[in-house]
Amino acid sequence: MSGLRIEGLSKSFGHVHALADVDLDIPHGRFICLLGPSGCGKTTLLRLIAGLETPTKGRILLDGVDITRVPAHKRDFGMVFQSLALFPHLSVGENVAYGLRVRGVDRARRRQRAEELLALVRLPGVLDRPVAQLSGGQRQRVAIARALALAPKLFLLDEPLSALDAKLREAMQVELRLLQQRLGISTIVVTHDQREAMTMADIVVVMDHGRVQQVGAPLAIYREPANAFVAGFIGLSNLLQGTLAEDGVRIDGHAVRVARLPPGLVPGAAVTLSVRPEEAHLRPFGEPGPNRLPAEVAFVRDLGASVEVTARCGEAELLVVMAPRERPSDLALGGRVMVELPAEACVVLAA
Amino acid sequence: MIHRDRPQDWRGWAALAWPAAMLGTFFVVPFGIMLGVSFFHRVEGGFYEPAFELANYARFLTPFFAQVLGFSLGISALAALVVVAVAFPFTYCLTRLPRRSQVGFLVFILAVLSLSEVIVGFAWSTLLSRTAGLSNLLVWLGLLARPQAWAPGFWALLVGLCYLGFPYAVLVLYPALSRLDPELPEASRMLGASPLLTFFLIVVPSQRQALLSALIMGFVFNLGAFLLPQVLGRPQHWTLSVHITDQAVFQSNLPFAAAMAVFLMGFSLALIGLTLLLGRRGARP
Repeated sequence: MSGLRIEGLSKSFGHVHALADVDLDIPHGRFICLLGPSGCGKTTLLRLIAGLETPTKGRILLDGVDITRVPAHKRDFGMVFQSLALFPHLSVGENVAYGLRVRGVDRARRRQRAEELLALVRLPGVLDRPVAQLSGGQRQRVAIARALALAPKLFLLDEPLSALDAKLREAMQVELRLLQQRLGISTIVVTHDQREAMTMADIVVVMDHGRVQQVGAPLAIYREPANAFVAGFIGLSNLLQGTLAEDGVRIDGHAVRVARLPPGLVPGAAVTLSVRPEEAHLRPFGEPGPNRLPAEVAFVRDLGASVEVTARCGEAELLVVMAPRERPSDLALGGRVMVELPAEACVVLAA
Repeated sequence: MIHRDRPQDWRGWAALAWPAAMLGTFFVVPFGIMLGVSFFHRVEGGFYEPAFELANYARFLTPFFAQVLGFSLGISALAALVVVAVAFPFTYCLTRLPRRSQVGFLVFILAVLSLSEVIVGFAWSTLLSRTAGLSNLLVWLGLLARPQAWAPGFWALLVGLCYLGFPYAVLVLYPALSRLDPELPEASRMLGASPLLTFFLIVVPSQRQALLSALIMGFVFNLGAFLLPQVLGRPQHWTLSVHITDQAVFQSNLPFAAAMAVFLMGFSLALIGLTLLLGRRGARP
């Protein structure tokens, strides 16, 4: 078995179960995002993989070899920390070459390699500067170069972009992804930002309450969330409570046909219907057609590039997002409309 | 936050009046008196009379006092080094403990501070004595043939000074070490450095300012010790502070005592200045 394999991994801090029974297979050369809200156990999982924490239960295998008890400094993994953890008493070049110094590489070779690495992260000419003189984005690049210096088997990053401002963060996401593709290095990034995960990852691991909720490609997770948590956490989603019928779902007395029904659920079961806001449509009130729910316009947010309409439908509130040119001309607060939930856009989840 | 600007108006200057008055009353004036007295003329069998003569300083420039000065500076520096070498790893481990245990240790260390130099001196003198000391324990364990007297002596004095200085060193190092980002040593370990190597390559160098402060404080603190050398040392281990006390209190030679005190202070200030200068040169801007 090639790649990283995690078997039944659990970690408790006192009475707090940070991670519960996680199984995961990560093939080589992929970009993995561990995604979840704060406190979901994603950082704990990364630190367990790094060897900075010891698991309460379970095993970690790399290429079939059990590394659960191998200490962090013998794992040959590179890591970028949330605080970046650049050594304040060393220059940029000495920071980048620290791992080589520990291995006993001579000074001239270290300097040369540090220059190559800084060129790789597009930060030339700062070799002899103190780290305190660098900007946030530059420090970020130094931390990445330092972690890559020893050609690690696994590249781990703990919320690496959280300290950067929004614009720089977006640029660094793209750059990090391109760097990973160029080097072909197995990479695991922890993030709470689903947009970041969608931008960078081959495989997204969605976590909550110390458990893995869903593993899959970003688009697969977006289109077919496994449960209500994933549907709500990855992008925006309209979640409607209903009961399962023969050919669809009944919501508030209205029949909604769906393209696919989840296996293992019998008619009458309580379910949650998930529909992405950009896949729902507004229709004139009273216009006949399938899968339409009558609603009342509660709020209109016109952002220029898109229009977001909140419509109240019985107990539930539905968000509909459309392009400006699709905006109905008679759209007004309190106006009555029909909300269409196309059958292909409906994902049925166990309630 | 330290303000580096000069005061803007009379209110700013007025705020300085209180600390200035305190400093003047309790430091500048007594020091001025001491400096003055150091040039006075000693009246044999009496006290002293105002004069300006360098005889007190001249008397100091003898091989005997040069040797006493050398010994005082030497043992003070040695004890400071030993204390910091022990206290630094101790404090580092302490800051990695859970908060509750840290508080327990700190309370204990503060409790040790409440012991006076006299009690510590006599306790160690007993512990190192032949009749009731630790050597009896080693005899009982079969490691030693017969009980030995380890005090008074050089090593007894060193142990005593280290014991007194240890809590102070921990208290100086603790704030700096507890502010150390725990991800720094972790980053070092991820780059292949063992915990021990990480300690010497990352933890120690990143704390050089705190280490320097602890060393200087320990050094100055040891220079001022005048009781331990008498309790735990032999007469050849008497430091300059002991001789100053001796001259001032028992020989009633206040001018000579003052001259020695001024000399000791000047010398230690020069040494501290040199240490700070070297420390700054080594640090990055």
